[in-house]
Amino acid sequence: MFKDLFRSKPKYVTVRPQKQTDHLEHSEKKEIPGGLWIKCDKCSNILYKKDLEKSLYVCPKCGFHFVISAKERITLLVDEGCFSEFDSEMKTIDPLSFPDYLEKLQKYQEETGMKDAIITGLGKIKGQEVVLAAIDYNFMRGSMNTVVGEKIVRAFELAREKHLPVTIVSGGGGGARMQEGVFSLMQMARTCQAAELHSKKNLLFIAVLTQATMGGVYASFASMADIILAEPGALIGFAGPRIIQQTMKQNLPEGFQTAEYVYKHGHIDRIVPRPFLKDTLANLIAWHRR
Amino acid sequence: MANTLVLDFERPIVELEKRIEELKSFAKERNLDLSEEIDNLQNRSERLKREIYSNLTSWQRIELVRHPQRPTAEELIELIFDDFYELHGDRLYGDDPALIGGIALLNGEPVTVIAPQKGRDTKENLERNFGLPHPEGYRKAIRLMKQAEKFNRPVITLVDVVGAYPGIEAEERGQGPAIAEAITVMGALRVPTIAVITGEGGSGGALALAMGNRVLMLENAYYSVISPESASIILYKNDDFAKEAAEKLKIGSQDLLEMKIIDEIIPEPLGGAHKDRVSMGRFIKEALERNMNILKGLPQEKLVSARYERFRAFGKVKEDKL
Ligand SMILES: [Zn+2]
Repeated sequence: MFKDLFRSKPKYVTVRPQKQTDHLEHSEKKEIPGGLWIKCDKCSNILYKKDLEKSLYVCPKCGFHFVISAKERITLLVDEGCFSEFDSEMKTIDPLSFPDYLEKLQKYQEETGMKDAIITGLGKIKGQEVVLAAIDYNFMRGSMNTVVGEKIVRAFELAREKHLPVTIVSGGGGGARMQEGVFSLMQMARTCQAAELHSKKNLLFIAVLTQATMGGVYASFASMADIILAEPGALIGFAGPRIIQQTMKQNLPEGFQTAEYVYKHGHIDRIVPRPFLKDTLANLIAWHRR
Repeated sequence: MANTLVLDFERPIVELEKRIEELKSFAKERNLDLSEEIDNLQNRSERLKREIYSNLTSWQRIELVRHPQRPTAEELIELIFDDFYELHGDRLYGDDPALIGGIALLNGEPVTVIAPQKGRDTKENLERNFGLPHPEGYRKAIRLMKQAEKFNRPVITLVDVVGAYPGIEAEERGQGPAIAEAITVMGALRVPTIAVITGEGGSGGALALAMGNRVLMLENAYYSVISPESASIILYKNDDFAKEAAEKLKIGSQDLLEMKIIDEIIPEPLGGAHKDRVSMGRFIKEALERNMNILKGLPQEKLVSARYERFRAFGKVKEDKL
């Protein structure tokens, strides 16, 4: 009933605040009843949702970057109306017939309106053609399976054919997706190989690491970009913090595996706040035009 | 071997063998002819072994590859190759004892061999960090792969690794990027590459060394995106269901061959590689020779494109609207 009243609203207004503590649970909505207000995960200020939309889901009080969907990300980056999606119907064949997997997928498909955790396509950033991909953290925590891998491979192959740059916005907090087992592992191989073939044509690949880029995503294509950017505060690393804590039996350093931390250790080029991301990409792409 | 650790499912065999020994010494003591009974029992023992070892569950195979006497990379290298000259260091940070590499001779032909190295006992395991490489291990591997390419030497990897080491310093020195680069470099080498999963093929830490034109696997080895214990924790919040997870993840050699993730299963001696090391070495050597002979005839371009296509095939998806 109420749903009908809100139908005119774009679907992506619902925001899932990023949550670094528990990777296993689906992150809960921190919306205040009524849906007009959202509480910031970091500074706990109550924010007017309209304001948050205007600030691209960056907290105006503390700069905290909320997780946004792949669709929102693409809208944010491309020129209006300049995006044509590839392979939007692509779905997994559930290669291991893993128990309960298809049911789980269906739940995420209904929630996000996506078939799987990635959107790829051809877009324009300030008039420049680019093959663009965005992984959706809200879809099984952006984990990489055959669909994510295949779409990335095709994106690189098309870009190679058409001599275009590639930009991938990753949010692969789940790393390689367990339910597709060794086939998910093979996506690390395939995406690295596809990125390498694209690179050998002297074509540009920019990775944007967002909350969260972990495990098999960080240990494959995301690390192979010519230029690696990250959003402030994004969790970036190979092994999960809990696994490290268990192994080391000691507390982790302050800010461990944040974008700022991996930047300090020399693994990424720049940290770019969300409002500057489009301009940054546009410049970088322009400077590599041939 | 006298002090071999006995796994639970092997107990009936050990009991029977004990009875045979007892009967033998009894016959000798009393000067009795019990050869018929002994022969019978020995036949039964052989049948029992065959029955038990050819019907192992995924979990029992994992127990076998984690057996403390399972031959390590160093031992296998000595059995397979005529010579091995180890090379050290990543030229950036240090030398990782958890991953070894160097030049070896396969039937007189120089090849580059790279392998994670577990210890054979607690002391060695501490020195070797339980065979869990740091980024400098993977960077040493990358250096040796590029060196092999320069001198047109094939690359052979022997992979037995639970995973890349999860630690603060490993993260700081770039465990993720190091693995990504190893995958990329090995994936694009212009020389033949053969990977042999000899024991535990643990996730990205194994894949970094498994970008083979051919990927072979020992009969009892496993190759998985996640350890069964971790999978159990994710699915059931505790690791009590690791055995179940091992079946569901389809990580054994037979399943992986059917799914074409691997190209060939190298049989193990009855009861596992540690029961007969010499035969194990011979089986691996034979498989390496056979596959190397095929790959050596291919031009460089073909090696690269064939490897690309090999992995390109693991992307089957559904594209209709249904
Ligand atoms: Zn805030």
